[in-house]
Formats: sequence, C-alpha cells, structure tokens
Amino acid sequence: MDFLAATIRIATPLLLAALGGILSERAGVFAVGLEGMMLAGAFAAAVATWASGSDLVGIGAALAGGAVIGLLVALVAVRFRADQMVTGLSANIFAAGVTSYLLRANGGRAPSIHLDPLANWPVPWLADLPVLGPLLFNHPPLTYLAAAGCVALTWWLGRTQAGLTLRATGENPEAVFASGGNPARTRLLAVIACGAVAGLGGAVLSLQQVGTFTDNMTGGRGYLALASLIVGRWTPAGAAAACLVFGAADAFGLRLQTFGLPASSYVLQMAPYVIALAVLAGLGRSAKLPAAIGQSLE
Amino acid sequence: MTDHLLEMRGIVRCFGAVRANDGIDLTVPRGQILGLLGENGSGKSTLMKVLFGMLPPHSGSITFKGRELSGHRPAEAMAAGLAMIHQHFMLIEAMSVVDNVMLGWAEAGRVLRRKAMAARIREASARFGLDLDPDAMVADLPLGRRQRIEILKAILRDADLLILDEPTSNLAPAEVAGLLGILRRLRAEGKGIVFITHKLPEVLDVCDEVAVLRAGKLAGRVPVAGVSRAALAEMMVGRDPTAPHAPDAAAPGAVRLGVSGLRGAGLDGIDFDLRGGEILGVAGVDGNGQLELADTLAGLRRPAAGRIALNGTDITGASVARRMAAGMAYIPADRARTSLVRAMPVAENFALRDSGRAPYGGTFWLHPKARRAHAAQLMAQHDVRAAGPSALVARLSGGNQQKIVVARELDRAPTVLVAHQATWGLDPGATRFVLDRVMALRNAGAAILYISSELDEVMAIGDRIAVLSGGRIAGVVARAQADLRQIGLWMAGQAA
Repeated sequence: MDFLAATIRIATPLLLAALGGILSERAGVFAVGLEGMMLAGAFAAAVATWASGSDLVGIGAALAGGAVIGLLVALVAVRFRADQMVTGLSANIFAAGVTSYLLRANGGRAPSIHLDPLANWPVPWLADLPVLGPLLFNHPPLTYLAAAGCVALTWWLGRTQAGLTLRATGENPEAVFASGGNPARTRLLAVIACGAVAGLGGAVLSLQQVGTFTDNMTGGRGYLALASLIVGRWTPAGAAAACLVFGAADAFGLRLQTFGLPASSYVLQMAPYVIALAVLAGLGRSAKLPAAIGQSLE
Repeated sequence: MTDHLLEMRGIVRCFGAVRANDGIDLTVPRGQILGLLGENGSGKSTLMKVLFGMLPPHSGSITFKGRELSGHRPAEAMAAGLAMIHQHFMLIEAMSVVDNVMLGWAEAGRVLRRKAMAARIREASARFGLDLDPDAMVADLPLGRRQRIEILKAILRDADLLILDEPTSNLAPAEVAGLLGILRRLRAEGKGIVFITHKLPEVLDVCDEVAVLRAGKLAGRVPVAGVSRAALAEMMVGRDPTAPHAPDAAAPGAVRLGVSGLRGAGLDGIDFDLRGGEILGVAGVDGNGQLELADTLAGLRRPAAGRIALNGTDITGASVARRMAAGMAYIPADRARTSLVRAMPVAENFALRDSGRAPYGGTFWLHPKARRAHAAQLMAQHDVRAAGPSALVARLSGGNQQKIVVARELDRAPTVLVAHQATWGLDPGATRFVLDRVMALRNAGAAILYISSELDEVMAIGDRIAVLSGGRIAGVVARAQADLRQIGLWMAGQAA
C-alpha cells in the first residue's frame, strides 16, 4: 500500500515534465532542456510562495519560471536555429547556475525557506472507498492536475486543429507552411508551453513534496522524464505508464534500503536509470521519432 | 469582369543580375488545361512562386477572378482559390489521409470534426474517381495515391486554379494515365489547370494550350491541336534536342562485365554478359530490382549468391575501391545521398572518389590547387552552372548536381559504367548532353549498363534492350529487333 502511494508520489513530477516534453518533441524540438525547466519551476515556486505566502502565486511562478527557460531554448534553438541538443544541455547548466545564484542574491547566503507542503485533497466519498480510496483519491492537488493534464493533452493533440498542426510541425514543417500555417511560431509556442508545464513538475518537488528549494534539487528527474516520454512513444498515456514504472523502481529501491540490505544505497538509487537504459536499448530503433525532430526550419 | 480566371501581366523577378522572369504575360481561362513548358532554369518555378506569394515580383500585376493579388502570402493565395500541388508532396507520412486533409483547413473546425470530414473525402473521392480511403496512412500509399490527396485537398477547398509542378515525375505509367483522367474531369467542372512539365508527350496528350518559357521570357503560346513534338521542343530550347541518336553498330569487343546467377534482396537470379563498345539498356517499372542490381554491381550491397566478373576478374566480394581501381564507374539514382556531399564545394565533390589519385592528391597530401584547376576544367566541359569550384553543391540545381556526378564518373575513363536514372530531373537539353557523353564513352570501347525507367531513353541509347521484372531479366532483345508490344508485356511481368 505504502509502496503504491510512493510510486505515484515519485511519478507525479516526472509525468508533468514528460507532458511538457511531449509538446516540445511532437512539435519537432528535442526536450533535452526539461531538467533546467523543472529546476527553474521548482525554484520560482518555492521563492514566490515563501515571499507571498500564497501557494497559488507559487504555482503561477512555477509556470512562469519554467516558461522563461522554455523561451530561452525556443529563441536559441528555433529562432536562431542552433543545435537543439546542445541548446537543451546548455539551458540545464544555465538553470542550475542561475537558481543557485539567485537563491544567494540577497547577501550571499541562502535563506532558509520552510514551507508547509501542499496538503492532500481527499475527494469526497471516493476517498473513503476501501483500498482504492487512499490510493487514488487522497492526493495533493498537483497530482490530480498531472492526471487531468494527461487526459487533456491526449484529447488536445488528437482532436483539435491546433494539436494537429503541432504534430504536423514535428513531422513535416514544410507541409504545415504549404497549408497556410506558421511552423516557426508553432515550435516557439510549443517549447515555451513545454517549459511552463515542466516548471509545474518542478513545483511538485519544492511545493508539494519537500517544502523548500535546495541547489540542483531536481537531480536528474528531467532526464528521466525525457526517457519516459520516449519509452511511452510520445503519447501522454504511454509516458504516464513509463513514469509509474520508474516511480515503482525508485520506491522499491527505497524500500530495500529500509531492510538494511548489504547493497549501497547509491546502487539502489540507480535502479530507475538502469531500467530506463534497459528499456531504451530494448526498444532500439523501433520507437518512432517524430520525423522532423531536431531539424531546423528553412 | 474579364473572361480570364488568371491574368499575369509583365511579371519581372530578378535574382541578383539574373532576370529569372523577364516581363512574362500569362493568362489562364476557366475550363482549360494550360501546359507550362520550359527547361530547368527557364523561369517556370519562379513564375509560379510569384503567383503563389512565395516570392514577391519586382514588377508586374496579377489578377485572379477579377481581383488584384499583390503582396500576398501563400495562405492568402489559397484563400483566394489557388492551389499548388508541389513536385515533392506536402504530406505528413505518419498520419492518415483525413488528418492530412484537415491540417490547416478552417472548415475542419477548431475541435476537429473527423467523421464529417471523412464523409466529405469519400464523397469527393467517388465523384472524381480518386479511390482514396480517408483512414489509410499516407506512408502505406503509393506515390500516385499520395498525389491524389493533394488534388483532393484542392478540390475540397474549392480551388478554382490548380497548379501542378511536374506532377508525373514520380508516377508509374498506369498512375500517369489515372492522373490525366482526373485532370480532364476537373476541367469539365470548369477549373483552370496549369500543368508544369518538361515531358512533351504528356503536354500533347492532356493540355489544351501550351505556353513555352525560355530564359525567363515567354517563347510562345500555341494550341496543342496540330503542333508537333519537335516544334515544341525547338521552341523550348531553340533547337531540336530529341533527334534520334542512331548509334553506330560497332562490333562489340570482349566481355567486360559478366554476371551470373546474381541473387539477393530484390534480385532473383540475374545473368548477362556485357561487351566492350556496347550499351545494354535496362528498362522496367521502378522497384523491380533496378536499385538492387545497380548497388550490387557497384559493391554497395552484397549478393546472397552469384558471381560478378569485371574484365575477367572475379569482383563479387571486392570493395568499392578495388572495383574503381579495376575500371568501374557508377552513376547512382539517388545523387543526393549516394554520390554527393551536398555541404561540400563542387571541387571536393569532384575529388570525392579519387582524392588519393592525380590530379587531386597523392598517398598523403591533397593538392587543393590542382583540384580547383581540374574542377574548373570539368565544369566548363560539362556545362556545370555554378559560381565556381568552391560553390557548395547544396546551392546548385538538381540538374547541375547530376552533371557533377556524370562528369566525375566519366572523367575516370572507366571500362565499365553502371548508370541508374542518369538523366533523372534533367531537362531535354541536359538529357541529350548526358546521353551524348555516354555514347562517346561507348564508342571509345567501354561497356555500359544503362538502367532507366524512361523507356524512350533506353530505346534510344541501348544496343540491346533488357527488361527487369520482379528481380529477374524478363527478356533481352537487340535494338533493331525490339518490339514495343513485347517489351510492354515483359515489363508487365510476363516472361518471354
């Protein structure tokens, strides 16, 4: 029971970041910058909530913080057509540096931020169901948001003109242009939106789970989100499944540590990443990338 | 109210000092198919890009359906009722037909009405004989069907004028017949159609009138009825490029290339002997083993079984370098991927396969000066139009890229040449030039395997004609005894 709850808790920030990544990659821009977007979101959420005292302001700041990194990637990689991989990696390094700096901007010492983690919102009646109730209907708000976002993104991509245009931009931007669209604008907006959604994923860490911001607190979760959207074949449902698998691996590792196994805790923490590598190798080339991903626009 | 659907007057568009369009007048009435004929670089594409709003003209006016179009972008041209069907289809292969049709189409709704749109596709498909299933994935459809999706998009968007850019260049003969039938039906509905091509037979077959462009100017406009193929060709290039080649019947020499029992992916047992001073023309519908045969002979693929002998030496398992040293040259069909590095300059592309040999270099050092000098010489000999030996290949037109490959392969003075679609994308003048070079090589004693899906070309140049069908040679016949009906049967897969 605890194990399953822990799985969902660990999967939540991954899923939000992966949903953002799907927006970016389906539009044809590699989402290597997810790590930096998450980190910026986590930072902005913690600082804004601490300063204002309002969780809602914090969540707004997380969207904005992630979007700033998204805007940066969009300008460099889409507007100025730099290499997407290098741009994403640079944005991650930049985000790590700038959040650590800003945290100490006032007097050179990091303030001690202590926030009450977001409380659980039990769903009336449903939360009282045996077994399923505590597992599915007693979570903090951002977890529900991640699940709803998964459904909404599936619908939006498949059933709206804007979603169709976004997917087409990732497959063949020239065709979008020939049918009267603007592929560059689509990509710019997609990457900025990716940043905002991934920023929410960061807010899950700082606002909902830990209650503070520490240097580099995302610790590679952005990359794991990237792996899960690839394993999930660029669909929200697939990414959600992959996030749960990685979450379960992580939770299992934590569980083993408490049994005092003679294995190093560092080895156990590698579990989700080892699984990600194994699954990616197993999928090989069979996983079908959006055809025009990584290609800059003419 | 004018009686013309489209009226373009005095269109001028320059690129630097080049006047790509130099005062062109063009009108298209309703219910007419107008052929727009011209060599590569004659200004056809530029004129259509100006019309479609992809390039602004430097002067001139465009009137469409009685309204002036100026400073427009493609989206506005489409809204006005213009549709462009590009040579390379603007489709998303990983999506279904209905998704492709809905892309960017306001009537599909912000929230897509997929079922309603699928019904409209079925209805239009039945009315025009397009035979399209809205739920089929584009990637699974042959090229002819994909083109019909583009036509369907134009029909559903109520386009009044359809511009087709070289619409037959990727189609099999049966698909071409289907396309021409669809165009006639559109004409009967009162649509105007501009059919851009440099293939003369199609113009005579389907068009009502032909406008010919030459060097950025309108060289003439004539009704198709009563005009001859030779007269059109002459109008296009200023001379008749389609005159027959009348190959000399020189006595063939020794066997240069011997192939026996060649099998592998796409190849089902191929045998032939090719002698010096002989051209074996290989006809057949694309996809019947042509690519596999050419690549296997050139050493890019390994055969599963069989033997290839070059000048009496077994080269079945030899590397590409050893084959080249033994005198083989290869002109592949896919120049962009197999034979050129588009991001490198012209001179380096000439040296690509011979960088370790004079004049390009020695065992260790390259000789850039000699390379540039030799490249300039080859460019002049083969009429490669580029800014100079250091111009990037990617900046050149397809025809000029092909000339680089032909010049490079022929410059090595090979004893055996394997050529696959050597004139693909070339206009009649450049085609004639390449065929003349290949003939000259044969007259100098080389053996040539000339693979092409253009039957006319194979018939014009081959001393013997072979037909590939289903990965085997369905039949071989000397040119003098060739019977088109028999060759057609072989192409259709009926063995001799």
